[in-house]
Formats: sequence, C-alpha cells, structure tokens
Amino acid sequence: MKQLKVLTNGIVNENPVLRLVLGMCPVLAVTTAVFNGIGMGIAATVVLIGSNLIISLINKIVPSEVRIPIYVVIIASFVTVVQMLIQAFSPELDKALGIFIPLIVVNCIILARAEAFASKNKPSASILDAIGMGIGFTIALVIISTFREVLGAGTFFGIKLFGEGFDPALIMILPPGGFLVLGLTIAAVNKLTAKKKS
Amino acid sequence: MKIAAILISAILVNNFVLSRFLGICPFLGVSKKVETALGMGLAVTFVMGLASVITWLVQIFVLDLLGIGYMQTIAFILVIAGLVQFVEMVIKKTSPTLYQALGVYLPLITTNCAVLGVTILNIQEKYNLIETLINGIGAALGFTLAIVLFAGVRERLETAPIPKALEGFPIALITASLLSIAFLGFSGLSLFQ
Repeated sequence: MKQLKVLTNGIVNENPVLRLVLGMCPVLAVTTAVFNGIGMGIAATVVLIGSNLIISLINKIVPSEVRIPIYVVIIASFVTVVQMLIQAFSPELDKALGIFIPLIVVNCIILARAEAFASKNKPSASILDAIGMGIGFTIALVIISTFREVLGAGTFFGIKLFGEGFDPALIMILPPGGFLVLGLTIAAVNKLTAKKKS
Repeated sequence: MKIAAILISAILVNNFVLSRFLGICPFLGVSKKVETALGMGLAVTFVMGLASVITWLVQIFVLDLLGIGYMQTIAFILVIAGLVQFVEMVIKKTSPTLYQALGVYLPLITTNCAVLGVTILNIQEKYNLIETLINGIGAALGFTLAIVLFAGVRERLETAPIPKALEGFPIALITASLLSIAFLGFSGLSLFQ
C-alpha cells in the first residue's frame, strides 16, 4: 500500500508540473506537438530513475557539504547517455527537442527529487518515486501538447483531424500559446481540486 | 554589423524568456517586485557574460582538442556551478554592497537554464569569442528586460480582483503570454543578415 502511495504521489498530489510548478522550460518549449511531449517525458523519466537510484545508493558516503555538485555530475552523466541514445535511435526527436535535451540537467524536478526524496530513502522507494514523478511529468506534457497541437496545427500525433476548411490558430504553437495553455491548465486543476475539498 | 545583429536578436527578436523559453523558473519565481527582478537580472548578466567566454574557451581548448565533445553537458554545468560559487566569493570579499544586492540570487543562477542554454547555443551557432560574449550579454539583457517588465505588471496584479482558480501562477502565465505576443511583434524585424 505504501509503495502505491509513493508511486501515485508524483502523478496526482504532487504532480511536478501542474501542482508544484517545476521544470517549466521544457514544458513550454517542447509541447508544440504530442510526439515531442512524449519524447521529452520519457527522456526526463529515464534520467530521473537513474539519478534517483544512484543518489539513494550513495547518500551515506556523500558528505553533505558537497552533495549538490555531486548530484549535478550524476544527473549530467545520465543526461549525456540519454542524449546519445536519442541521437542514435531517433534523429527526428533529437532535432525537435534540440537544446532541451542537454538542458534536462538543469530541470528543477530532477534535482528537487534527488534532494527531497532520493537522498533520504531506500533505492526501491526512490525508483518508485522517480517512476511516479516521470509519469506525472509526461502526463502533463501530453495534456498541454494535445491542446496546442490540435488547436494550433489541426493535427494529433501528426494525423490530420479536420477537413481542408480548418484554419489552425497558429498562435497556439507559437510561444504565447504555450504560456496561455499552461496557465489555463493549472487554473483548471486548481478549480477541480478546490471542488473536491469543499 | 554582425555584432549589432546578434545583440538585437538576442535582446528582442529571440528573447530568451519569451520566445526561446529559457530561464522560466526565475522568470516566474523572482518577479514579484521590480527591484528584486532587476537584481536578479544584473546577477544573471554578470554570470552569463563570464560563463559564455569561459565555456567557449573550454570547448575550443579542452573538449575539441581532446576530441571529447560528448562531455560538453557535464563540463559546462561544472564550469557554471564553479563560476557561480567563485563569483559569489569574490563579490563577498571585494564589494559587500554589491553582495547584499546580488547575494541571494547568485546560488539560484546555477539552475537557471538560460545560462547553460546560451553557452550551448554559442557553440552550436559557431560564434567566435567576441560574438560569444555579445550573445551572452545580449541574452542576459533580454532576460533582464523581460523579467523587469513582467515584474511591473505583476505588481499591479497584486491588487486586481482575480478569480480564485486563476490566482498565483495561472494569471502570471497568462500575463506572460500577452507579453510574449508583444515580443512576437519584433520577429518582423529583418536583421541585415
């Protein structure tokens, strides 16, 4: 039961994007298409699982004064591995995500989980936490990119949804649309959770 | 001519925050007051200028020379983290007034993705040393411009009647969206390139 709670914590209660408002840069930048959103979600999840596992394994031997630089090096190593894998297996994804793959290093979600969870918990729980957070991040990316792709390009996963007469609202896939959809999505989540409580 | 184009492009046309989505965390986090926003902007400008030059040197004289380009991400983030720590120590020793103004923001800059972002972009665009410096400073000035403008709007939002669900981050993001539309206007500038 406890394990399940750790896993779902990141998906619902502490969803990194929609509840904690962490890691905003990739959320806004890569959500112009659902494919990119899923790709970024999976890449960040893999890094998160790897870094959480290693950090929970070594937390006893790391002096607390220098822990942050050590965590950053561990995270950067996993990011480099993931970057090379993406370059090798999906050059299109590499092109679409571009600079935001190396920037996973400075994604606050990963360092936040290392500091708040992995450094205090057992490896098994840390992996579950990473999977939960990763899924929560991916779900948020998919929701936002669905709105942006459908409204801004008239497609979903690259498939045309509407007839020839549809004129897509280009602004949704431009930067302003990103801010707008994210703001309204968080507002909607706030509204729903407020109702549940009362 | 090219240098002017890089500068204007980094500040206005490809504004780091509003059109490249870099540095969103401090943009949302430290923008409640114009003064703090300006302090953050200055600290970022200082670090970004230095980081651009140092990472460029590291890329050319270490990574390229040894043929270990794949270490770029690790090397750059270490350089930035070390630089931020170093700058903090130097400012603390030499200028206590400046330290009081910038001190709180300095540690936050390590995780500002605009800094790592600009250093990687400098290499990708194959800029030379001077262009790198100009691009770094231009990007930081663009960041400062965006965050100060945004803080000005948010100060007014404090007293505005806002629907409950929109309070806090949602209304801030919608404001950013409108600001971003304004900056979209600059994309019409054709920069003699």
